[in-house]
Amino acid sequence: MKHLLFVCLGFSITLSNSLFAQEGDPPKSKGELHGNFQSDFQYYFRDPAIDPTGEFFPDERFLAAGFTNLIYSQGDFQAGIRYENYQNNLLGLPEGFRGQGIPYRFIRFQKDGLEITAGNFYEQFGSGMILRAFEERGLGLDNAFDGVRLRYSPFKGLYMKGLVGRQRLYFETTEGIVRGADAELNWNESFSRFQNSKWLITTGASFVSKFEPANNPFLNLPQNVGAYGGRLVLQNGGFSWSNEYTYKINDPSEDNNYIFKSGEGFLSVLTYSRPRLGVMVAFKRLDDMSFRSQRTAQEIDAQINFLPPTTRLHTYTLPALYPYAVQPMGEISRQAEITYTFPRKSFFGGKYGTTIAVNFSDAYSLNATFLDERPITDDPDGPTTVAGTQGYTSDFFSTGQVKFFQDFNFEIKKTFNKKWKGTFTYLNFHYNQEVLEKGVTHRDIFSREGSYDSQELLYIQAGVVELLYKIKPRHSLRMEFQGMFLRDIEYERTENRGDWVMALFEYSISPGWFFAIQNSFNYGNPDPDKRLHYTLGSLGYTLKTTRFQLNYGRQMEGIFCVGGICRVVPPSNGITLTVTSNF
Amino acid sequence: MRKFILFFVAGVFSLSLAAQDGTFSTLPSVSVKDLRGNTISSGSFENDGRPIIISFWATWCKPCIAELNAIRDMYPDWVEETGVKLIAISIDDARNAARVRPFVLGQGWEYEVYLDENSDLRRALNVNNPPHTFLLNGNKEIVWQHNGYVPGDEDVLYELVEKLAAGQTIK
Repeated sequence: MKHLLFVCLGFSITLSNSLFAQEGDPPKSKGELHGNFQSDFQYYFRDPAIDPTGEFFPDERFLAAGFTNLIYSQGDFQAGIRYENYQNNLLGLPEGFRGQGIPYRFIRFQKDGLEITAGNFYEQFGSGMILRAFEERGLGLDNAFDGVRLRYSPFKGLYMKGLVGRQRLYFETTEGIVRGADAELNWNESFSRFQNSKWLITTGASFVSKFEPANNPFLNLPQNVGAYGGRLVLQNGGFSWSNEYTYKINDPSEDNNYIFKSGEGFLSVLTYSRPRLGVMVAFKRLDDMSFRSQRTAQEIDAQINFLPPTTRLHTYTLPALYPYAVQPMGEISRQAEITYTFPRKSFFGGKYGTTIAVNFSDAYSLNATFLDERPITDDPDGPTTVAGTQGYTSDFFSTGQVKFFQDFNFEIKKTFNKKWKGTFTYLNFHYNQEVLEKGVTHRDIFSREGSYDSQELLYIQAGVVELLYKIKPRHSLRMEFQGMFLRDIEYERTENRGDWVMALFEYSISPGWFFAIQNSFNYGNPDPDKRLHYTLGSLGYTLKTTRFQLNYGRQMEGIFCVGGICRVVPPSNGITLTVTSNF
Repeated sequence: MRKFILFFVAGVFSLSLAAQDGTFSTLPSVSVKDLRGNTISSGSFENDGRPIIISFWATWCKPCIAELNAIRDMYPDWVEETGVKLIAISIDDARNAARVRPFVLGQGWEYEVYLDENSDLRRALNVNNPPHTFLLNGNKEIVWQHNGYVPGDEDVLYELVEKLAAGQTIK
């Protein structure tokens, strides 16, 4: 409450300041107040076909959630608050968000290269592998810090940051405290002898530590856990090579079953670009890199760092059913991508040009050797546990025995004439369902039979044709036709949803209206009762900066894009109204 | 206390709704990075007194790419006729940030592109979801903004750019 008073006071002072300033002499800069607003209202229907026992049908039947951001700025001063309300949170989003309040408020000012933020803030060091506080509304993720942050640039090219605070955990904060510092030096901006160099060099270093009280009777848990990292970006002409390495000292937690092994993360991305051509290759290795400000936290709670996925994010409805999730406990992944635009009037380019993109990525477990467990009691032949041991050792460069994921896809974008445009996509996935959906670990698979022969991989192929037809100025019709097919062998061995087809028609009238209808048909489900149609109708209207969208029908879980906006939605059957506005 | 805060929020909210309609008299100054990793303040975006389009996008956002590709084909004409400049702000996070430069060049975009990895500028301008487009007049005042993209929106945008370039106001 004290904090709130503080913010309100800050607001009132600046508001009155700006009022006074407007009355007097010409003010240096006028204060401005802006914000945004979003509210979702959802009414659910009982749908026995998708939910036979009613376990997902909410007791409330009607749910509503929303937020309002307000930011006041005047010159070098800024203050903001966010009011959130969940009555209760929408289906599929974290239930920890309940009720209402102001979980986010800050005051910030800048002076002589120094920026001070008190209250809540978001931050990222490097790629985020060591520290990243961010907000992803569609997922219900918000791990903002509540504390103090300084950013200071003593001269052009050197950027320093320091922060201390606790992380947001729904309407509270974690018990653990996070302290962090980061410095980045851009050599070409800083030193005159590098100013005209062909080489562009950026270096950076970070240190992050967390404190969390420990009173475990069996394990001597560290209360302070530190992590450090360094990064280097080299560029020359069309080439750019960025590298980042992070090391974390022993951090026993629920995630790693309380082993005392230290963690490591390494990410290297090499790109080459010139007009109409882009090439990227990436390598990433993670080893025991879950890092949270609360040892027992699970899922998306209290994460200090963010482990960047190195797979392509697919947003078409059907391929989005098999997304890849990073395995913080250990993963080696690779990615390569080429984008090329054939020039207009060339053989492949045609009259309007053609763009192709080819992408490959895969992810494997570490090549790990599991160490012996230790006995829980004094009896050496009694039950054993991994907690308190080093867990495993791993080889840095070789990939492991468990395949998590593989994705090969290509996309061709073509403008045929002034009326027709098309995008054609082919996708091919290998998907380890046990690991990615059921949380089975590398160690579980190893200890099951002492061999790796029984991995539950799904082999999926999908194709998408997207066409855009301009009927007349400002009137257009967008169509999607998707098919996704599993290799036959999986039908007996695994739990899967089988084959799908999908069609979407979206009619839009610029700038205000769109209407869409889509149907996904799970005709190949091994269970005949689940061979269902998921039909969804949408209507959207934009009035200046306010947007209304109404959806009606069955929704599958996944990233859902219609009428020009993408968001992650839960599975449900009902009517949803979304209102967003900016001012 | 809680009542007071709610009252305060509601009061400020209605006040601002009455007073403003998505127009900013100044563009907030927030640090972003160019595709070479140099730090630049959004306050220093410049187009010599001619209109600026600021478009928030991401490599995973299909409507954003559709919009920027639609403009790509007409952009040389737009620049020639009105002197407009399009600044594309990528809100890609660490997952895709390294992809942005090869992606932009691979698509053949000739826009000025910046990275807003920590979403600082996105928050300063209260952008909910991409695509989100702002239009600035010659005095760098935000005079219009639009959320979402459907085909044909680029024609509406360009009509407004033409008005600004001709020295007219839009409302």
